[in-house]
Order: sequence, then structure tokens, then C-alpha cells
Amino acid sequence: MAVLLDLKDLITRFYTEDGVVHAVNGISYKMDDGETLGVVGESGCGKSVHALSIMRLIQSPPGKIESGEVIFHGHDLLKMSDNEMRSIRGAQIAMVFQDPMTSLNPVYTVGFQISEALMLHQDMDKKEAYKRSGELLTMVGIPEAKQRLDDYPHQFSGGMRQRAMIAMALSCHPSLLIADEPTTALDVTIQAQIVELVKRLQSELGMAVMWITHDLGIIAEIAKKINVMYAGYIVERGNVRDIYKRTRHPYTLGLLGSLPRLDEAPGTKLVSIPGLPPDLVDLPKGCPFAARCTYRIDKCLEEMPPLVPSDGLDHVVACWRWEEIAGRDR
Amino acid sequence: MTNEEQALVQVRNLKKYFPIYQGAILQRHVGDIKAVDGVSFEIYPGETLGLVGESGCGKTTTGRTILQLYEPTDGQIVFEGVDLTTLKENDLRRLRSHMQMIFQDPYASLNPRMTVGSIISAPLEVHKIARGKEKRERVDELLELVGLNPEFVNRYPHEFSGGQRQRIGIARALALSPDLIICDEPISSLDVSIQAQVVNLLEDLQEQLGLTYLFIAHDLSMVRHISDRMAVMYLGKIVELADRDEIYLHPLHPYTQALMSAVPVPDPDISETRQRIILEGDIPSPANPPFGCNFNTRCPVAREICFQEEPAYREIKSKHWTACHFAEDFL
Repeated sequence: MAVLLDLKDLITRFYTEDGVVHAVNGISYKMDDGETLGVVGESGCGKSVHALSIMRLIQSPPGKIESGEVIFHGHDLLKMSDNEMRSIRGAQIAMVFQDPMTSLNPVYTVGFQISEALMLHQDMDKKEAYKRSGELLTMVGIPEAKQRLDDYPHQFSGGMRQRAMIAMALSCHPSLLIADEPTTALDVTIQAQIVELVKRLQSELGMAVMWITHDLGIIAEIAKKINVMYAGYIVERGNVRDIYKRTRHPYTLGLLGSLPRLDEAPGTKLVSIPGLPPDLVDLPKGCPFAARCTYRIDKCLEEMPPLVPSDGLDHVVACWRWEEIAGRDR
Repeated sequence: MTNEEQALVQVRNLKKYFPIYQGAILQRHVGDIKAVDGVSFEIYPGETLGLVGESGCGKTTTGRTILQLYEPTDGQIVFEGVDLTTLKENDLRRLRSHMQMIFQDPYASLNPRMTVGSIISAPLEVHKIARGKEKRERVDELLELVGLNPEFVNRYPHEFSGGQRQRIGIARALALSPDLIICDEPISSLDVSIQAQVVNLLEDLQEQLGLTYLFIAHDLSMVRHISDRMAVMYLGKIVELADRDEIYLHPLHPYTQALMSAVPVPDPDISETRQRIILEGDIPSPANPPFGCNFNTRCPVAREICFQEEPAYREIKSKHWTACHFAEDFL
């Protein structure tokens, strides 16, 4: 498969009054055409900022993409002019945001907002674009879509708004869809609908999907590959089964232990991770997880471990002691 | 839990309607949001009852109405043998010290202008329980109990993280040594690793202090984790209530079945093989719930009778209650 996206040593920082926030601290990975990548981590781990950096949607100031390359279809997005970037955004890379309540404009009809992208990127006239918008809404499963084109966002429920956002994102056949916590604001039965929808559309349209979430449950259902992020670093990356069954990083282990499972036995205790994530303004020397880690040794406080292959080239981990953790596979 | 035990709280046919008015000057009462529409359940001493459902199902309103933070439209709440709905304000205030609440949003539920010490000691002052040195000692003790450093008493809420703030909220709820604590989505605004810390704390405190919890949340796996029994709500009604394992292994209501199957399981082996029931459509408005069974618009097994008659909430087998015409078919 062809490489769709090749991220090289991306660093994004925010220059605030309180100091420099080290949001993304040098991450590199490749994504293939049609791949589903899950990006998982807790708030402040840099998962959204890294996606916004790919889209070049980091507000500057205070934000700044310090260095790195974002090679998309062979071209470095970070070197493009604003105009070139505008023709990529929405057309080839589309994004769906967490909050469907605030990401639609309340004073325009849903139909208008979907056709806007079509008119801009696909040179459709108004009539064509409206017709296509109706088809798109039907595709994402909104009943009587044609009648609902003239509705305003407040007339849609949360799930329908997220469907409309997805319709908008897919309107120009992007080769990469970035979904940033698309179901976090939704109820669990509606979430299941959206997950099924994205899976179906992906197999129909063949696009790559980057699904950003804090929920390891959803990721297990949708992703083929997973990046686990912590304090602006990728700490573990691998196939779904690598991450869940052959966990190598103590943070990933901790996350999995923190989750109650619907099928757990009575009396199971959750294994929580002690302490708090580090302050991104004042990152500790060495591994950022060291302060909370039960596997900590002196070396961890001194030196950040590099991402190294563990049991296969595809499964990489940034921990000095991954081999010991590997010894206790489930 | 045994039925012979005396229930700590008995909720009987509780209803809470919020009126809808129309008109700018002459306000006409045009309808009601039926947030809670006739729920009945018991909470036994020392147990955790989980109340789960999607947004707008009335779970939070149920919790608040039990504490009489909302005046119920109809129904009874019997707490330690006393019907709260008939009490005068003063008597109610005295009883309130036996029941406390932990709120969802640790950023909104702590006064930003008060120090941690004054937040936690406020209940002690209101109920005139402790003063001076005794009060300060109690605050230190409470802070330690919830895993915070007693040296933090003079700090303000903004100096703490979300998880720590929730601990402050828990310390405040514990200040009066209550019997019942209503936990209203206490962890849903926290990160996963912090959620586990707070849940473990709640479990430890329950063991140490013999607390009774009503644990309200939308996260089914977390509710199942912490609860002894679970109630599932939909559109203002309880559709099913049973022991945590019983309801998981043998859900009898189609809504519970769909809800269980919609919960993502963090295990690729399971999520690949299991069958999911994907519900169609959205939750109807509680201002205008469907006639008959209120789940009939989304129910995969709805038949004619479901559109005509509301199913009775009944004990279909020992300690397993449900409201579905065809619950027997799933037995």
C-alpha cells in the first residue's frame, strides 16, 4: 500500500504568558492509504494538537509548528503556501470535530453549509451542490434528507448534527478523514450508530481514517493501528492486538487497567495510575511518565527512551524496561 | 442484598414534571417535560445502586428530587422511615445532613472564592456540628481520608486538578458523616486514569464508613463496576432493575440489551466477534413521549400492543424488575 501520510519529527509549541507549552514533542509515523489509525491518550497529551498541526490549523500566535515534516501524497504540507493548503483542507484532508453543537454555524441552514464546500472545491453551481448535499445526507443516514436541507442546526439532534458534519467532511471525497473525538459528546447508542456509519463509509469510499479519542473501547472496535500518546510523545505504537494483548508500555498498561470492563468478574479492582500528568510548560527531564510509573528506574529520570521496535518492526515502544513488561503478557 | 433488610430509601411512584409555559406576558401552561415519570425503587443500607441511562432520561433529576432539591410533582420518598415530601423545611434541613451529593462538574461545584478549608467546613458550620479547633481537626481528617495533603486547607480550588477537586467535593460530602451519598456522574469529566483513582476512593470509603451510594452515570461499564444492583432508565422511567450480574447476563428489556451491546469493550477479540444491536433513531422528547411503551419508536421487537398499552413495571423473576410486554420471551 502506498504511504498516504508521513510525519517526521513534528514539534508544536504554544508560547503563552505562563511559559512555553510543549504540546507535541517530536512525533513521527506513517499512515497508509485506507488505513484506520487510532490516536489515544488523555487530555493534554497532544493528540488533537498534532492533528491540527497536520491540518495547519494551529493559531499563531500563540502556537507555532517548530519543526518537522508532514508529507501528504508526497508533498510537505508545512512548506505549502496558504492558498495551496486551502485546496487540500476540506478537499483531500477533512476533519470532524468533537462538539457537533459548536462546529456548525447556527445562522446558516445545514444544506447551505454542506454545499459551501462543494461549490468551493468542486466547482459545482448552487443547484448541483444542493442536490449533492441531499445525497450526502442520505448517505450518512438522515431520513427524508431532502426536506431537512433547509433546517438549521438547532433543528437537528446531536447525533444528526454529527452525521451532517460527517456528510460535510466527506463531500469532496477526502483521502484522509481526521475524526477528533467525534462521539464523545454523544450518547452510547448514538455513538454506536456513528461508529457503524464511519466503518461503512470507509469501506465504501476507501479513505483513510484517523480516529482521535480517549476511549480505548471505541479504538478496539474501529482501528487497525494505534498510537498511544502521553505528554506530547508517542509512547507506544502498534497493531490493535499488539496494544491490547502484547502491551509494552507501562502507561498503556495503566490505561487498560483503569478501564472497567462490562464483562469483568465481581470484585475486580481497578488499577489506577497514581498521580497526575506532567505540566507541559515544565516537562521533566527524561521520560515524562516516570513520576507515575511503577517500573521507574534512575535512568528514566535522566533520559527519554527512544521509540524502538519490540516484538516486530511495527510494534514500537518508548520505555527502557519494555522487555520486562513483555514478560507478563496476557 | 436481601429484601428482608429495611430499606434506607424507598422511592414510590416518583414524578417530576417541569412545566412549559408559552406567551410573553400571559404565560399559559402548555405542557410538561416529564423528566421523571413514575419511578419506584429501594436503596438498602451499605449497597450501591447504579442508575444508568442516556442524556435526558431523568437520572439526574431522580437524584436531585430524592434530596428534595426539586420538589416532586407526585410520589413519595421515604428516608429512614420518614416521608421527605411531607416534611417542613426545618425538619428537612436536619435530615439532609444524613444525605449528601457529589456533583458532576468539579469546576462548577466548588466556590472559587472559598479556600478548601472553608468549603469542607461549611457543612459543619451550617449544621453547628463543630467549631474552632475541633472543626479544623475534622477538616484535616477529611482531607486525609480522601487522599489530599492536609496542608492544602488554605488553597483555592483553581490550584487543583479535576481529580483533586472531585476529592474536595467528596470530602465536603463526607463532612457530616452521611448515610446516603448521591453521586451524580462524579467521574465523567475526568480522564480515564483519574477516573479509576476516584472510583477506587469511593469504594474504599464505602467499605470504611459503611456508606450507601446512589451512583448515577451514563457509563455502563463503570456503573456495573461499582454497583451491587443496577437500574436502567429511559425517558423518565425505569425499564429494568436487577443485580449487577443478573442484568448483565440476562437483560430482559430490549433497551438494556441494546445499551449493553453498544458499550465498546476494550478488547479486539471481543469487539470483532460480538453481535451488536444498533438502535435506530434518536431519543424522543420527554415533553412528548410516545404513547404506549415509551421505547416503541426505537424498539427492534415492538409489536402492536406496545403502541397501545404501557407495559407494567413488574418483578418478572426474583429481584429482577422490568417493564416490557414481552420480557418473558427473553427469559
